[in-house]
Amino acid sequence: MDNSYIMREDNISSEMFLGDLKPWNLQELKKTMKIFVVNYNETEMEFDLVGVHPAIANAFRRILLSEVPTMAIEKVMIYNNTSLIQDEILAHRLGLIPLKADPRRFDFKSEDEGTERDTLEFELKIKCTKNTNAKPDSTNPDELYVNNNVYSKHIKWLPMGRQSNRMKEADVGPVLDDILIAKLRPGHEIDVKMLAVKGIGQDHAKFSPVATATYRLLPQIELVTDVEGEQAVRLQSCFSPGVIGIKEGSNGKKKAYVENARYDSCSRNVLRHNDLKDAVRMGRKRDHFIFTIESTGALTPDNLFLGSVDVLMKKCKDLLDKLNRLES
Amino acid sequence: MEGIAELAGDENSGDRSRTFIFNDEGHTLGNALRSIIISYPDVTFCGYTVPHPAEIKMHLRIQTNGPRAVDVLQRGLSDLHKLCEFTQQLFKAAMSEYKTRTQLESVQLNS
Repeated sequence: MDNSYIMREDNISSEMFLGDLKPWNLQELKKTMKIFVVNYNETEMEFDLVGVHPAIANAFRRILLSEVPTMAIEKVMIYNNTSLIQDEILAHRLGLIPLKADPRRFDFKSEDEGTERDTLEFELKIKCTKNTNAKPDSTNPDELYVNNNVYSKHIKWLPMGRQSNRMKEADVGPVLDDILIAKLRPGHEIDVKMLAVKGIGQDHAKFSPVATATYRLLPQIELVTDVEGEQAVRLQSCFSPGVIGIKEGSNGKKKAYVENARYDSCSRNVLRHNDLKDAVRMGRKRDHFIFTIESTGALTPDNLFLGSVDVLMKKCKDLLDKLNRLES
Repeated sequence: MEGIAELAGDENSGDRSRTFIFNDEGHTLGNALRSIIISYPDVTFCGYTVPHPAEIKMHLRIQTNGPRAVDVLQRGLSDLHKLCEFTQQLFKAAMSEYKTRTQLESVQLNS
């Protein structure tokens, strides 16, 4: 297990430290760096990022959380709110609703009045009434009242200027249509207009494009000696399901083997068993990052990652330009 | 100056060591840049700090045994830029590889 952190009973160590890094070299990096996509769908992806310094992997993760832009409701004009939920709480809840609008098609809003290039306008107008057709002995609010639950699907988009030529309601509205915003009773009414703008997570968490963006190091497990019989079953129970397998050994006894170390939780439960702890060596690969990105729905996770690399690239370019101007 | 400034009082130590102050930057760029610059053989010291969490400022110190610190910073930034370009290239290739792989699998499942 070279190039790994070794997890022992009372310490974690690795033979190599930052100091013995080889000089940075693009040609060398092109040979060692690898990316492999393991899982992908519209909202979630998992991929392996191999051969980079943790600082680089962490930069991408941090940028995903706080510097890749999305659209979110920023201003709420409240014309009427007679519901039980207070104005400011309602405004906050509306802000946190993820929107489908593609942030790449919008500009950051400047100081002046919002335009069709940088703002989306929405409206939520709803009034709760009694349901006259309800059975007289019913106690179910859903039957007794109409519009007693306000959901994100009740939010209507009001296109500004020529926005309706560029996009459809289905492309800009809330990602999910069953987000509960408020509960009403007959006579309660909500009438608000909302302005959504482009922003970044650094400013407010509602702009963060990811639910989570995390990485972990690839676990490594090695069996140093043969583990057989009852011990093999016990060893299996010390790790996450699917990590340790059991097969029939040549002597007819059950024998443990490492099936797939990737999804181990690295709990090190095995160290509680004195007879087993010397049979395994556990570690984590130092430069093998298992990246997981979970999108809130505005952009697909692959576009989010590419976006985060773009942000870091732009930082470098802007600073290089500034340095050049300083020098000349 | 917005963006980058040099720390006052640094001028006496020659142009081989400098502390650069980055406005509106933090650990994200600081640590990434440091990890690259520290690996250059002609750099004797490189470290970064965010002096106060409420001030969005990052200090990056570079000391070398030859080249000017500014040039080293420039090299670090352009190397980080190259790394990003290569990451995008690799990621796009990995995505299309994944798509052809899963398409093949679904074709095999259906037949």
